[in-house]
Amino acid sequence: MIKRLFIFMMLLLLALIFFKLASNYTENTQLSKLGQYYAEKGPQELGAPNLVTAVVVTYRGLDTLGEVTVLFISAAGVGLLLRRTRRKQDDEDLEQGDRAEETAGVHKPASEIVETATELLLPMVILFGIYVFLNGHLSPGGGFQGGAIIASGTMFLLLALPESHISRLLIATIESLSGFSYVVVGVLGVILAGGFLDNRIMDLGTYGSLFSAGAIPLIYVFVGLKVGFELSAVLDRFRKEDTGPL
Amino acid sequence: MSIPVITLLTLVLCAGILIGGLLAVLLDNIVSAVISAGLSSLFASVVYVVLAAPDVAMTEASIGSGLTTMIFLYAIRKTRNGD
Repeated sequence: MIKRLFIFMMLLLLALIFFKLASNYTENTQLSKLGQYYAEKGPQELGAPNLVTAVVVTYRGLDTLGEVTVLFISAAGVGLLLRRTRRKQDDEDLEQGDRAEETAGVHKPASEIVETATELLLPMVILFGIYVFLNGHLSPGGGFQGGAIIASGTMFLLLALPESHISRLLIATIESLSGFSYVVVGVLGVILAGGFLDNRIMDLGTYGSLFSAGAIPLIYVFVGLKVGFELSAVLDRFRKEDTGPL
Repeated sequence: MSIPVITLLTLVLCAGILIGGLLAVLLDNIVSAVISAGLSSLFASVVYVVLAAPDVAMTEASIGSGLTTMIFLYAIRKTRNGD
């Protein structure tokens, strides 16, 4: 009874909050001062047509580094937790002897349609992911989005060929190298240009071409690789534990 | 006096999000619930495209409806085998 009362009160408070929010809503007719600065000075200072991704990775670069760190920590946490359970299982396997053979080939093969479609689509999905993070300063997208698309490609692969092997050493190497290079580019910004993650350490180039906007494409390549391989590693770790059909 | 197409489309898609969310809460079969949650975020990503936020839409489509659903399904399979 008291629990119900609490739920009701909670809903009432939420309704109050959202009512205040909705009733005071007026549409903004002009940008805030900071937004105005970004919109006016951004294209000259950064040399990137896509202002959103340019702001995310330069003026707000530290926030992006924080996001990447959060993702890294969660991926590491998943790895840690799932490795423990597997170790326990390994011990049991040693005791029970033949359990390993029992659980080895249990994965149900995917249907032929899924397999064929994956063979056709997988290269295109990966290529699209690379396109998205390389063109982060020109078109919608950026490092995080491109990485997520590459990870969807890995998801396809794991769906169609559940037995396929993904090298963990390769994943770990690329992931840590790109994370390290991202920070190195940031620190180079402090030394050579205006501040941490300043993109003007490289030539701004012609406005709107692929290799322009200073270090933004470089940073996005690192972010994209890191995010893509990290999410792939998470998926792979979840899969590795599976011992039965869905 | 007619409603603009964009508004109508947005409203329909938002209804889709709501229905997906409700199904995710109400369905008894846990796999169907996870899939309707993914459906709801697929609708959300289309709404982002309609409202001119393609950057967010890309993330929502690949992470919200793809990877999250997949990880949930893996996790369900795992916990079922565990106990």
